[in-house]
Amino acid sequence: MSQHTLIAMLQDRPGVLHRTVTLLRRRGFNIASLAVGRSEVPGISRMTLVVDASDATQVVSQLDRLVEVIGVTDVTTEDSVQRETALAKIVAPPSRLAQLVDIVVEKGARVLHVGDDEMIVEITDTPERVEHFISFIRPEGLTELMRTGRLAMMRGRTPTRLEAPAHYRDQADGAPHEEVAA
Amino acid sequence: MSRDANPSMRTGAQIMCEALIREGVSVMFGIPGGCIMPFYHAMYEYRSSLRHVLCRHEQGAGHAAEGYARATGQVGVCIGTSGPGATNLITPIADAWMDGTPLVAITGQVPSSLLGTDAFQETDITGITVPITKHNFLVSDPRELTRVFREAFHIARTGRPGPVLIDITKDAQLARLVPDWDVAMDLPGYHPASRKSAVLPTAIAEAVRLLQEAERPLILAGNGVIQGAATNELRALAEQTGIPVVTTLQGLGAMPHDHPLTLGMPGMHGWVHVNKAIQLCDVLLNVGTRFDDRVTGKASTFAPHAKVIHIDIDAAEIGKLVHTDVGIVSDCKPVLEAIASAMLAGSTATRTTTRTAWCDSIAAMRDKHQPRQAYARRERTAPLMPHDVFDAMNAAFRHRQDWRVVTDVGQHQMWAAQLLDWSRPRTHITSGGAGTMGFSLPAAMGAAIADPERTMWVVVGDGGFQMTACELATIAQEGLTNVKVAVINNGYPGMVRQWQQLFEGRRYSGTPLTGPDFAKLADAHGIRGMTVDSADDAPAAIAAAWAHDGCVVIDFRVEREANVFPMVPAGRAIGEMLVAE
Repeated sequence: MSQHTLIAMLQDRPGVLHRTVTLLRRRGFNIASLAVGRSEVPGISRMTLVVDASDATQVVSQLDRLVEVIGVTDVTTEDSVQRETALAKIVAPPSRLAQLVDIVVEKGARVLHVGDDEMIVEITDTPERVEHFISFIRPEGLTELMRTGRLAMMRGRTPTRLEAPAHYRDQADGAPHEEVAA
Repeated sequence: MSRDANPSMRTGAQIMCEALIREGVSVMFGIPGGCIMPFYHAMYEYRSSLRHVLCRHEQGAGHAAEGYARATGQVGVCIGTSGPGATNLITPIADAWMDGTPLVAITGQVPSSLLGTDAFQETDITGITVPITKHNFLVSDPRELTRVFREAFHIARTGRPGPVLIDITKDAQLARLVPDWDVAMDLPGYHPASRKSAVLPTAIAEAVRLLQEAERPLILAGNGVIQGAATNELRALAEQTGIPVVTTLQGLGAMPHDHPLTLGMPGMHGWVHVNKAIQLCDVLLNVGTRFDDRVTGKASTFAPHAKVIHIDIDAAEIGKLVHTDVGIVSDCKPVLEAIASAMLAGSTATRTTTRTAWCDSIAAMRDKHQPRQAYARRERTAPLMPHDVFDAMNAAFRHRQDWRVVTDVGQHQMWAAQLLDWSRPRTHITSGGAGTMGFSLPAAMGAAIADPERTMWVVVGDGGFQMTACELATIAQEGLTNVKVAVINNGYPGMVRQWQQLFEGRRYSGTPLTGPDFAKLADAHGIRGMTVDSADDAPAAIAAAWAHDGCVVIDFRVEREANVFPMVPAGRAIGEMLVAE
């Protein structure tokens, strides 16, 4: 079964994530990852969702039925950039730790914290490279891993707004607005 | 200065009442309780425009609201308090969700200060109903009430209609504020059907091409035709093109039963010639039905030779279960009109000969299998067979327009669908998708209140009747004279028994059912009860019930082991039918 990457825009309302996840569960779609946060438009969140499905048409149309889902699109075959961030804690003897600092930096990771016998590194890269980096550090003493899930953004000038209505768009164009509670 | 000095000041509960009146609501079905009491307190002031029907169980209130909606096409409204009041509404909400019935359920909720604390009668009803509502709202800020009620009714009645739940904390009902009736709806993500209208012209052209080239075309019409008030357009298209029409359970009444192009019901208990026609057709035009498994049997074997055109108001239904060649997301009425006018413009003469041959071959199958006669030919093993009751009903209904039939779920429901003469939309009201036993009596009560000019004939099994028979008390209290109940009493949940007989070697596990004397039960409610146990007495009983100025319960004691045929075993292709004992 292949994976599909979807981008959705949701109204930032209590329970919207519950509705989304409940729908996916009940229709039998497996969530590989889900990342959600506020978008550039006040009151609207943007979500990147990765599902295990050979065909995502039903996922898209079922999500689109949710009243608080403003729009959803399958970007799997679109021209998009995709990134994932992982934080990893590596526990190793001090001598090896010193070597690892150089090695992980060379591999594109950032060292966020170094203790006596442990360190925390951050890697932000394509999901495939993050996966590759994790397999490298796993035998080096990986003891804790936290991943964001995939983030996706389409290339091109036009933001993926998925038909957000005019009054939301107007606010996005610099008009002052009140913060909407999560 | 008193806060009441401002004449525009209202309580949240008063705002709820005024919002309902603004939405055109005149009748509500419910039961009061602690957290919804402020609403009931306010309702008393508005009782001349808002009629409240006190039901005996919230499930009955919900089904009554569904019956009201199904008879009128308007949004039905039901009310329950928090906790068990709300959870008792779940079954009718799920029922409305499956059958696309416009419903607004209003529930009280514990005060917002107690939310999430497992307070007395607190239940997370918005969380519970997420998968069975189009949308739901938890209102703890009374300023949201005006917007939320507008949005709830808008969502319930547009697109594919369905249930919406509004859960309102007690403090929001008690709060005092000046309502803003001009507040706009805020539904940026709700775009029923209309958004997809851009695809229409090409899709219609493709549909027309397929229909024109078809040699064995068939129309499959469902609830969307009834809900979309498109029965005239459906009939016009069928007559203009000579394409025969199959109507699903929820589509019964979309075409007159005696129209030459009306074939009948397909599926698990569809007629042989109907299922065979589906399996033979080369183009299938689905108008407003969702390829339910009770229609398709094993979906991968359904209509194997057909190019499928599917008109549905809900985009998610297109291609969900059956491969679709042309999907049209729209209300079906304008699409049927567009297809008809495009086909009138094109040449349809070329296919007339093959069309006639196709219709003739279906007619030959129908003559061979003689659908209704299968029951009449069945060995008479009891003085009263189920089909005797339906024969008597048909005879009584034939020359009258002032009736609707509300059926429950099970054998009697299938017999009614097969054997009664359906000719007009919204005359057949039943629980289809959810298959909710206990639906019929309260639903008929709601329909009877919506439409006092017509008589609601409840057709119900003895099992389903006992699930919601407490609503007889509501019917009696409301003085409803236009509900007549025909209990098809065979002492079993008959469809389960039938499956046990046919597929489980007659092991009647958990099915023998001893009911009370239903005539006496009616009598205890001040309702006229009758018992009929012979075919000869059935017509007179129906006539007497109709003539009686009050609700009547007729206990038809029928053959205990009569079966519904034809039958497609679950999970099989619809061509694989059992046709007799």
